[in-house]
Amino acid sequence: MPLVKANVIVSDDFVQVADDAPLPDGAILISATRLLADAETILRRNGNTGVVWPNNRSVAELVPYLGRLAVIALVFPTFRDGRAYTQARLLRERYGFEGELRATGQVLRDQFVFMLRSGFDAFDVKKDSDAEAFCQVARRYSVVYQPTGDGRATAHDSRRALQDEDAR
Amino acid sequence: MTSPLQQKIKITGPSIVTANRTSDGAVIYRTAQQGWSVDLAKAAVVRTADAARALLAEAVADDLGAVGAYIAPVSIADDGAPTPGNLRERIRRNGVTIDLPVCA
Amino acid sequence: MYAYDEIDRAFLSERVSEFRDQVARRLSGELTEDEFKSLRLMNGVYLQLHAYMFRVAIPYGTLSSAQLRRLAAVARKYDRGYGHFTTRQNIQYNWIKLAELPDAMEELAEVGIHAIQTSGNCVRNITADQWSGVTPGEVDDPRIWAEVLRQYTTLHPEFSFLPRKFKIAITASDHDRAAIKIHDIGLKLKRNDEGRLGFEVLVGGGLGRTPFIGKTVNAFVPARDIVSYVEAVLRVYNQCGRRDNIYKARIKILVHELGAEAFARDVEAEWAQIRDSALVVDDDMVADIRSRFSYPDYQELPETPGELVRETDPHFRTWLHNSVAPHKEPGYAIVTLSLKPVGGAPGDATAEQMDAIADLADRYSFGEIRVGHEQNLALPNVAKRDLPALWRALDRIGVATPNVNLVSDIIACPGLDYCSLANARSIPVAQELTRRFADHDLAAMIGRLHINISGCINACGHHHVGHIGILGVEKNGEEFYQITIGGRADEGAVVGTLIGPAVRFTEVADVIEDIVEAYLALRARPDELFIDAVARLGVQPFKERVYATR
Ligand code: SF4
Repeated sequence: MPLVKANVIVSDDFVQVADDAPLPDGAILISATRLLADAETILRRNGNTGVVWPNNRSVAELVPYLGRLAVIALVFPTFRDGRAYTQARLLRERYGFEGELRATGQVLRDQFVFMLRSGFDAFDVKKDSDAEAFCQVARRYSVVYQPTGDGRATAHDSRRALQDEDAR
Repeated sequence: MTSPLQQKIKITGPSIVTANRTSDGAVIYRTAQQGWSVDLAKAAVVRTADAARALLAEAVADDLGAVGAYIAPVSIADDGAPTPGNLRERIRRNGVTIDLPVCA
Repeated sequence: MYAYDEIDRAFLSERVSEFRDQVARRLSGELTEDEFKSLRLMNGVYLQLHAYMFRVAIPYGTLSSAQLRRLAAVARKYDRGYGHFTTRQNIQYNWIKLAELPDAMEELAEVGIHAIQTSGNCVRNITADQWSGVTPGEVDDPRIWAEVLRQYTTLHPEFSFLPRKFKIAITASDHDRAAIKIHDIGLKLKRNDEGRLGFEVLVGGGLGRTPFIGKTVNAFVPARDIVSYVEAVLRVYNQCGRRDNIYKARIKILVHELGAEAFARDVEAEWAQIRDSALVVDDDMVADIRSRFSYPDYQELPETPGELVRETDPHFRTWLHNSVAPHKEPGYAIVTLSLKPVGGAPGDATAEQMDAIADLADRYSFGEIRVGHEQNLALPNVAKRDLPALWRALDRIGVATPNVNLVSDIIACPGLDYCSLANARSIPVAQELTRRFADHDLAAMIGRLHINISGCINACGHHHVGHIGILGVEKNGEEFYQITIGGRADEGAVVGTLIGPAVRFTEVADVIEDIVEAYLALRARPDELFIDAVARLGVQPFKERVYATR
C-alpha cells in the first residue's frame, strides 16, 4: 500500500511491530494496547513512536502522550465506517496534536477530501491508481461549506470577502 | 456484507440466476454460454444446489457486467421455457403491474 | 426561492465532475460495485427492480418554474416522461441509465438542482413545511434555517459516513406539516420569553422496524447556536451509534438505549466545547441567505374579490373549500395541487403536467412551486381573484381533484412495482382505494382521514403514522397487508396500533371500507374526525368489525 504525504508517494519510515515482537531501533508503529501497557518506557527509547489507534476507543486516552507521539494512525475498517473522522478532528482541533495523522485501512480516493478536511496528513492508500491521483483529487472542490481545523475559507467566508470587495 | 456465495444455497425447484446490467440497470439472466441475456428463455436453468452455486459464482465474478446477481425460482412451461417463479420475478420480467402515467 | 450564486454553482459542477469520474471508473472496472455503491448512493442513485432509480432533492420543498421545467425535461430525455414525488421532498426517476446519469445531473445542476445526499448514511435532504414563508403565524421562514443547515451538512467531512441515514425536518408553525417528530432531528422554530429566535430540538424520531416519536432534548437552542448544537448531536451519534446491526444503527436506537436524558447530557457536554466557535451562525450569514430567498412583490388586494364571489360552479366551490388555504398576505391564497387522481399512482406527475404547472406558476404564483411530504404540489402565492381561472387550468391537466387531506389523498411508496426491497405492492392498493372512495360527497362526509401505505417495513410510505396505515408483508410468497389505525404524523404524532392479522391483497380495500363504515357508525358527532374517534374508542370496535366476518 503506497503511503502519500504532502501530495506525493513516499516511503514509510515506520516499521509496524507486532505486539509480541521485540522492539527494534528506529521508528516504530505499535498497537494501542502495547503503547498503553508501558507508554513511558516505550516513549523514552531512541527513535520515533507511532500508534495505531482503533476507531472504537476514545482518543482522549492519548492526551498524556500526544507531544511525544510522532504518528497516530487511525483506522477505517471499511469505507463506510466514519468514526475515525471524528477522532481526527478531536485530535487536531481539541487536543492540539501536531504530529502525523495517518489514515489506514480502506482508504480510497473518494475519501481524500473528507480526510484532509478532518486533519489527516498521511494516507495509506489501498490502490496505486488512487495514490497517483491524489493531487488531482485533493483539489477537486474549490468550495467547502463548513469550518473545520484545516482553516480553509468556507463558502460563507468567500461571500463575505466578495461583499467587502464590492463595498470598497 | 456477506457475499451471496457465502450464504447457504438452497433451491426448491428449477432456478435461474438473474441480475441487473451495470450500464443501464436492465434485468438480465445468466445464460449457459457464460453470458447474459435480457430474455428469460435464454437463461440457464439449474436444478441442484451445486449447479446453482456454480452458476451464481460465475455470475458474481462478472462484477463489471452485472450488479446484484442472485438465484431466483422459475416454473417450466409445457414448451420447456422458464417462466418467473414468484411475483417479484414476474414484475421484473413483465414490468410494473400498473399503467404508467404516460404511454411508453 | 433560494438563488444559487457563483460559489454554489462552482461547487455543483465540481460535484458533477466527481460523479462523472466515479461512473467512468465503475464502467471501466476500476471500481467494484461494492466500492461504487456508497458513492452512487451519496448521489441518490439506487438500483431497483427494473433499472437504476435517481432521487433528486427539492430542498425544503421549494422549486422555481425553471427548475420544475428542467425536472420535466430530464424526465423526458433520460427517463420515461414522468417522475415520482416522494414523502421527503424529493423527486424520483425510475428508469435512468447509469451511463447517462452524469449528463442528467449536469442539466439539473444548471438550474441549481442536485441529488447530493439524497441517500446514503449521511445527512439527507433537509425538509421543511411546504408552506414556509407564506402561511400565517410563522415566527420566521424555516427555509432560511433549512438552508443554513443544508450548506453546513453538504459534504460534511466528519459526518458523511454515519452509522445510518440521518434526516432533519424543520417547521415554524404550531400545526406541523413537516412531520418533525418522526425525524432523526426535528426542529421547531420559536421565540423564547425574551423574544429571541431559537429552536426546540427533538431527537430520535423515526419509523422503520422500530418506530419512535422524537423526544425533546433541548427546549430552546438559540438560533445562532443551531449549527453547533446539530454538530454536537451528530458527533455523539457518529461515535456512539451502533454499527454492528443495521436495524439498530439509527440514532433513535441510541437515544432509546441511553435514555433521552443521558443522551441529552452527552450532547450538552460536547456542545459546551464547540458552542463558541466558528460554528456560530452570525447575522451576516443569515442576512445573506435571507437575501437570496426572493419574496414576491405582493399587491394590496381585496380578501373577497368579485371574481371569487361570482364563480358559482359547484365543482369550483368544492375545490375551493378543499384545496385552497389561507395566506399570510390578504387577497392571496395557497393552492394545493393533488397528485392523487382517482386510479392514479400517488405522487406521480408527467413531464407535460410539470411543464403546465411551471407555466401556471409563472402566471399565477410568482414562478414558485412547493412540494409537500404528502406527495402533492402547491402554488404558494395565488391572488384570490385568479382562483377560478387557475382552477380551470389545473382541472384540465388533472391536478384539481378536491381530495386534499381526504381518504383518497393516499400517501404510498413505490412498493413492489418498482422497489427491490418491497414485500408487496403499494400502488395498486392505493389505486383501488381511490376508486372505492371516488365519490366526493362520501369522502367529504368522512372528513379528514390519512391513509399511508408502505410496501415493506422500511416505511417510506410512513404507514405507522397514517390515520390508517397499511404495511405490505410476505407470507409464503404471497402479498399480505397489516393494518394499523390511530397513527398521526403532526404535532400530536403517535404510532398507530395493529388491528389484527394481516389480510390478503384482494381484501385490503374491503377491510378499509369496513373500518370507515365502523367509524361513520361510531362517531360522536359528524365533526368528530376519524383520528379522534379512534383515540376515544380504541382499536377494539374497529377490530371487531373487521374480523367479525373474516
Ligand atoms: S417502504 Fe419498502 S417497499 Fe416501499 S419504497 Fe420503502 S423500501 Fe421500498
